[in-house]
Amino acid sequence: MPAVTLRVFRGDAAAGGFRDYRVETEPGMVVLDVVHRLQATQATDLAVRWNCKAGKCGSCSAEINGVPRLLCMTRMNLFADGETITLAPMRAFPLIRDLVTDVSFNYEKAKQIAPLRLRAPEADGSYRMMQEDIDRIQEFHKCIECFLCQDVCHVIRDHDTKRAFAGPRFFIKLASLEMHPLDTRDRIDAIRREAGLGLCNITKCCTEVCPEHIHITDNGIIPLKERVVDEFCDPVIWLLRKLRGGPEAPAS
Amino acid sequence: MARDWETHEHDVIVVGAGGAGLRAAIEAAAQGVSVGLICKSLLGKAHTVMAEGGIAAALGNVWPEDSWRVHFRDTMRGGKMLNNWRMAQLHAQEAPDRVLELERWGALFDRTKDGRILQRDFGGHRYARLAHVGDRTGLEMIRTLQDHAVHQGIDVHMETTVLRLLKDGDRVCGAFAYRRDRGDFVVFRAKAVVLATGGIGKAWAITSNSWEYTGDGHSLALWAGADLIDMEFVQFHPTGMVWPPSVRGILVTEGVRGDGGTLKNNQGERFMFRYVPEYFRAETADTEAEADRWYADKTNNRRTPDLLPRDEVARAINAEVKAGRGTPHGGVFLDICTRRPADYIKKRLPSMYHQFKELADVDITKDPMEVGPTCHYVMGGVRVDADSAASTVPGLFAAGEVAGGLHGSNRLGGNSLSDLLVFGRRAGFHAALYAKDRGGQVKVEPSQVESLAREALEPLSRRAGGENPYAIQHELQETMQRLVGIIRTESELREAVGAIERLKERAGRVRVDGGSAYNPGWHTALDLRSLLAVAECSTLAALERRESRGGHTREDYPKADPEWGKVNVVLRRKDGGVTLAREPLPDLPAELQKLLGESS
Repeated sequence: MPAVTLRVFRGDAAAGGFRDYRVETEPGMVVLDVVHRLQATQATDLAVRWNCKAGKCGSCSAEINGVPRLLCMTRMNLFADGETITLAPMRAFPLIRDLVTDVSFNYEKAKQIAPLRLRAPEADGSYRMMQEDIDRIQEFHKCIECFLCQDVCHVIRDHDTKRAFAGPRFFIKLASLEMHPLDTRDRIDAIRREAGLGLCNITKCCTEVCPEHIHITDNGIIPLKERVVDEFCDPVIWLLRKLRGGPEAPAS
Repeated sequence: MARDWETHEHDVIVVGAGGAGLRAAIEAAAQGVSVGLICKSLLGKAHTVMAEGGIAAALGNVWPEDSWRVHFRDTMRGGKMLNNWRMAQLHAQEAPDRVLELERWGALFDRTKDGRILQRDFGGHRYARLAHVGDRTGLEMIRTLQDHAVHQGIDVHMETTVLRLLKDGDRVCGAFAYRRDRGDFVVFRAKAVVLATGGIGKAWAITSNSWEYTGDGHSLALWAGADLIDMEFVQFHPTGMVWPPSVRGILVTEGVRGDGGTLKNNQGERFMFRYVPEYFRAETADTEAEADRWYADKTNNRRTPDLLPRDEVARAINAEVKAGRGTPHGGVFLDICTRRPADYIKKRLPSMYHQFKELADVDITKDPMEVGPTCHYVMGGVRVDADSAASTVPGLFAAGEVAGGLHGSNRLGGNSLSDLLVFGRRAGFHAALYAKDRGGQVKVEPSQVESLAREALEPLSRRAGGENPYAIQHELQETMQRLVGIIRTESELREAVGAIERLKERAGRVRVDGGSAYNPGWHTALDLRSLLAVAECSTLAALERRESRGGHTREDYPKADPEWGKVNVVLRRKDGGVTLAREPLPDLPAELQKLLGESS
């Protein structure tokens, strides 16, 4: 394969812009291979975050021609001959350098999710779970925390509401706990208020960019919205809550 | 060019946040000490995330005949008896509890029909023993541990690389590190340090290992005065991807064979039947019919040779390719498409389906995979006390791949994840106890820090000329691949020693552009020191051991030698260099000897 032109963002929070590089390619390469070759030969200090180069760790997230993708799972044969490939850091997160962003927002959100509160075991001390009862949650557990769904989500990307909004990655985390056969915690109020589920208006952008093909919206967010509606809009539950004195405060 | 540094103080610091590091940090925190967890990458990205097939633990859910005794026996035989027997015993005894504990923390393993944890077949294991989640078990494990750990009051220092351990007299008193985002130095004062840094596979060109695997913990321990053992034993996983070139080395789980896949050469022959060694002959099927029946009926049939331990299978593939019976791209075929229905393959091996489809344009439900050996794991590591994971340096502990002993000369698949849990917990527990007993203040000598900081900044401050760190790293990987690979011989090992020495000299002149903030060139330059150190240790130990055993095959000494079966090769630092010694293995108690059946 011939050389390609990579247009790469270089710079930090203070200053930066795109620079063009010509890099030789070989058949079968992914974008991360080309970035590594650029790094080894022309731009030794080019900042890029990566670990496994096998689509399993979710480190090398960036925006390729404007689309949030993993650098290691984007084949070069996806692009037309002679096409310039533009590489930019994820826009939703503060820039550190070049293609690397500060994703600590996500780690803060993760800490706010209360851990599993275990139910009592069976009489023999074990926990039995049927495969069909965990299939859905196992789909959510495929998440590699690449945060591409967070990057593309317009609530995070375009609005300054980060504090009250957990984002799609943590909606499926909450869904996986809410549906977990061993978890006894009532999470609906936290999902509505602290995680800000109501701000999601189901545009499915998150689902489209998920490299693990998790049905974030259909299988995670919508069922959670239904549970919130059931608990907060059902008149019978509403009345019972009034009599009981409000929902339980979320405990940690 | 001196610089200031920030200081953190913890009772225990854990270096590395894969399975072993996370489990150690959780356990240390549970003992009530303050814990700092230092990870080279972001939390949750460590190499554990790539583990595929499962966690070996004798739960007995699928085969009630299974027990810790059988698991112990399989582990010892897989390691050709060079294992530290006490580690192998503790590992087999405690693994089931560690797996059940993960389940209580939220892990969701695949289930049996009656709702218990399902177990799958893997190489060298007598019974289906691996608790798993499809072929992404490592992801489930690391996420479960990570989500549990963030609620335990552990301070996590992400994208922070430890460059040197600090010592106060003969004791460890902390670590000197740098933060990637700002490029600033950090000093950790600590009463005890747990190393959980994983392996050394990035010293080879074809590897399943991620960028982090540069032998940091092995080198930190060696430089701090600890013993390393068994560094000649490097596992080449039989099945890595071979095509296209850019994905060469990416792992193809042993679960493919565990779930019925079989290896074939370009004649369509299931060649593994020709490579059954005497050592495993009595327990291995000798016809295809028996091998195929074994999956469903283990009582009346013997194991398929496709699931011999990894060292045996890797050598066999190597020999087939050399004999001209390989695939167009220099591997062999791994066929599951003619053996199992498409739905089954997609359900059991979703990541493999996805990986081949996206990276190689191969649909594994329709076509065979092309696979070949890839550097995967180092059996050797820091010499530890089996019960406490303590190294030979006071205050320094090690667990997981960075520790040596459990796996002997060859590790069985699935025994790594269980190793991380069992010995991660033990290391965290004993490091916390040590820190409590030690009490008092921890002193760090500022002049020691200043000199380390100056040394670390050298690649950034050199002006004219200088070596490119990526070029040196690349040359080292090619050297190790060519000269210290699956099959070794004295002349090539000597050539490697010379080449490594020359690369060390060049690494001393390495120069990088840019500043210290998130500069991969600088990071690569700093990693070179540990990468070269472990490459040297592995090569010297390989030269020393004049026999073939497990993950160490000498063309010039092709047989296992009973005398060599009684000793470890021990490496330790002396006068700026490395010395080698042969030291006897601990004696195996008679009651455990009985569990092993026939000996080698």
